[in-house]
Amino acid sequence: MGHRLTSGWGLYPTVTAHVHTARLPVHLKQLLAAGGTWLPQGNCRSYGDGCLAPQVVSMLALNHLLDFDPSRGTVRAQAGITLDDLLRFLVPRGWFLPVTPGTKFPTLGGCLAADVHGKNHHLDGTLRNFVEQLDMVLADGSEISCSPQDHPDLFRATLGGMGLTGIIYAATLRLRRIESAFIDMRSVRTGSLAEAVQVFSETHANYPYSVAWIDCLARGRQLGRAIVMLGDHAAPASDQPDRELTVHRSGSVSVPFFLPGPTLNRWTVKAFNTLYYHRQWRRDVRTRVHYDPFFYPLDAIGNWNRIYGRKGFLQYQFVIPFNNGMEVMTDILERIAARGAASFLAVLKTMGPQDGLLAFPMPGYTLALDIRRSDDSIIPFLRELNETVIAAGGRNYLAKDAIMPRDQFERMYPGLEEFRRIKRTVDPEGRFKSTQSARLGLS
Amino acid sequence: MTRRALLLGAKSPIAQELASRLASRHDYDVILAARNSMQLAPFAADLSLRTGRRAVLLEFDALDTEALARLPEQARAVAGDFDLAVVVFGYLGDQRRAEEQADEALRIINTNYTGAALVLTHLANYLVQRGQPGGIIGIGSVAGDRGRGSNYVYGSAKGALALFLQGLRNRLAGNGIHVLTVKPGFVDTPMTEGLDGLFLVASPERVARDILAAYHRRRNVLYTPWFWRYIMLVIRSIPERVFKRLHL
Ligand SMILES: Cc1cc2nc3c(=O)[nH]c(=O)nc-3n(C[C@H](O)[C@H](O)[C@H](O)COP(=O)(O)OP(=O)(O)OC[C@H]3O[C@@H](n4cnc5c(N)ncnc54)[C@H](O)[C@@H]3O)c2cc1C
Ligand SMILES: NC(=O)c1ccc[n+]([C@@H]2O[C@H](COP(=O)([O-])OP(=O)(O)OC[C@H]3O[C@@H](n4cnc5c(N)ncnc54)[C@H](OP(=O)(O)O)[C@@H]3O)[C@@H](O)[C@H]2O)c1
Repeated sequence: MGHRLTSGWGLYPTVTAHVHTARLPVHLKQLLAAGGTWLPQGNCRSYGDGCLAPQVVSMLALNHLLDFDPSRGTVRAQAGITLDDLLRFLVPRGWFLPVTPGTKFPTLGGCLAADVHGKNHHLDGTLRNFVEQLDMVLADGSEISCSPQDHPDLFRATLGGMGLTGIIYAATLRLRRIESAFIDMRSVRTGSLAEAVQVFSETHANYPYSVAWIDCLARGRQLGRAIVMLGDHAAPASDQPDRELTVHRSGSVSVPFFLPGPTLNRWTVKAFNTLYYHRQWRRDVRTRVHYDPFFYPLDAIGNWNRIYGRKGFLQYQFVIPFNNGMEVMTDILERIAARGAASFLAVLKTMGPQDGLLAFPMPGYTLALDIRRSDDSIIPFLRELNETVIAAGGRNYLAKDAIMPRDQFERMYPGLEEFRRIKRTVDPEGRFKSTQSARLGLS
Repeated sequence: MTRRALLLGAKSPIAQELASRLASRHDYDVILAARNSMQLAPFAADLSLRTGRRAVLLEFDALDTEALARLPEQARAVAGDFDLAVVVFGYLGDQRRAEEQADEALRIINTNYTGAALVLTHLANYLVQRGQPGGIIGIGSVAGDRGRGSNYVYGSAKGALALFLQGLRNRLAGNGIHVLTVKPGFVDTPMTEGLDGLFLVASPERVARDILAAYHRRRNVLYTPWFWRYIMLVIRSIPERVFKRLHL
């Protein structure tokens, strides 16, 4: 047990917490039996306070593979295993994660609890669509397995339930078959947001993976200039599997210390975004790249979150329906640009239909921006943006959120009442609680 | 012929790192002996999936002295012959309590010394009688290098274990069975979780890597990480009349 300062990936907010590491599944029951409120914690790759609480159980040591069935294409693993570790096992054997977030450092449990989406959401939905079974410990210490057939309510609420229904200690996933670790990638430089969205709609049938990197500091007619990246798993280029199914390399360059605040003002960010945009000379490029730079470009720089300085940053991710999505995104990008709220990264994706009680995705566009927390005046500003998002029928992502007030949350998530009902039956005393869930009235 | 290692105290992260390394880099099957060994099923499954080697569980309690004589035979029965035995288990205990309560003192001494010495004897006899090259690795501690007011019950048991291993090494030298004594400094494991006053804490992975490198080089005594050899050299050389006043 250790007492330490904890934070999510955005380094804001911070919470002083007792961190207990479960080394065996029985420890989960023992900890719960000791009383108090708890939160399972993965690798703190959510940005805000969804992974924070005064007393947490770290799942990182419960990181074992339990079963692998190549004939059915399934893997069963303990929840604390990281995607990084899973890929090391799966890729050489010709399998890949069915859905992956933009970093390989989260744990399986964290990805299930946030019900993560990948660059293939418009086709495949979130991770929940590939889960066969969850093995859990509930608030009363009982063990239970749930699936779409068994205890479907618990299953539904736990995926996307942000650790509030119980502790997932193991899960069974259906995998994706691959013949190569490489991706056939096409990148298209576009001059505006409208053009980027156009490229998406023209290519979606041919590419399961798509994402656009947006330069949101470009103003006026250049607003939303972007590079759209499309991809699909490549066919093998040689007949030697050990050359085709190569795992990513470990190691990254790290940012060894916190960069002082002023380093990252709007001019440096602008320079960065301009460089990113002009790095690509030709309008339309096709290449073959390894999955690592394609899915996880930011993992190449360890601790990149420190470049925003000690005060940390907020990630603002929202989704809005297609119909008036373009206008709303343009409006929000303009307001952020006008404020000079430096965004290092802006990522645009399209999303498809999605079920789940606290599911973030809906058919529409999602935009994710990093916003430095130079001072707290940024918070009311973002809450104003939330109102625009709500008015357009959209919502914000809990895995990124650190600032949403309860009333806005309640207007975004129609499945909330049903979630609360299930939470009350599996955790009547409210034993699972995070800083975020307390703020949002979720626990 | 399959090489096989028996690890006693397999819930220790040091033992688990040793098992993973032996399986992934040295083509060993492993026998994981521990109390409530069923709890190690996930670890064993993981090791087998990743390395393709076999991992077998075995129930073992160092304080059950009667049962220790049967251990080598039980291991052989569930898994087959083994050529390497690693004694990892240990119990730090509570020095203060050991000063007041005999049962705590006995538990510390019996786990770290009596149980270890007895099981080592049976393992040595088994390896000798097998008549093939093999090895024994025993984990002592830098705490056994000098008696300190704050943990001399544990320290004395670990010190006695080191002497025992030294004798065993000399006994087995003619049988082609190598004995390695390991003296770790502070390691990041449940044993040290939440303790104050730790410094230069090493990872279990680092310690396991050092142990296997030393074993393969036929080293006799290993301090891990290496600088503890020099730290202990200094600590041992402090005259007792000065040491008394340091309240270590
Ligand atoms: C660079 C970067 C890119 C990202 N890209 C994407 C993306 O493309 N798509 C996307 O959806 N997300 C993305 N994310 C967010 C990330 O995938 C999620 O926040 C994920 O939940 C992090 O997992 P974690 O293991 O770090 O969990 P934590 O952050 O530690 O916890 C997240 C939540 O999971 C709960 N939890 C953790 N383990 C368990 C368990 N065993 N049982 C029950 N509940 C548990 C916690 O209580 C908490 O509510 C990205 C994050 C980063 C840093
Ligand atoms: N950590 C350090 O800083 C450090 C420093 C120097 C030396 N060491 C030595 O390193 C070795 C490994 O310890 P560790 O650091 O990895 O700590 P650990 O996790 O506490 O491991 C010790 C193991 O010994 C087992 N054990 C205790 N009594 C036993 C018994 N009667 N029968 C069977 N098993 C028993 C425990 O099993 P249960 O789970 O069943 O209790 C535990 O898994 C020990 O010999 C320790 O003394 C450690």
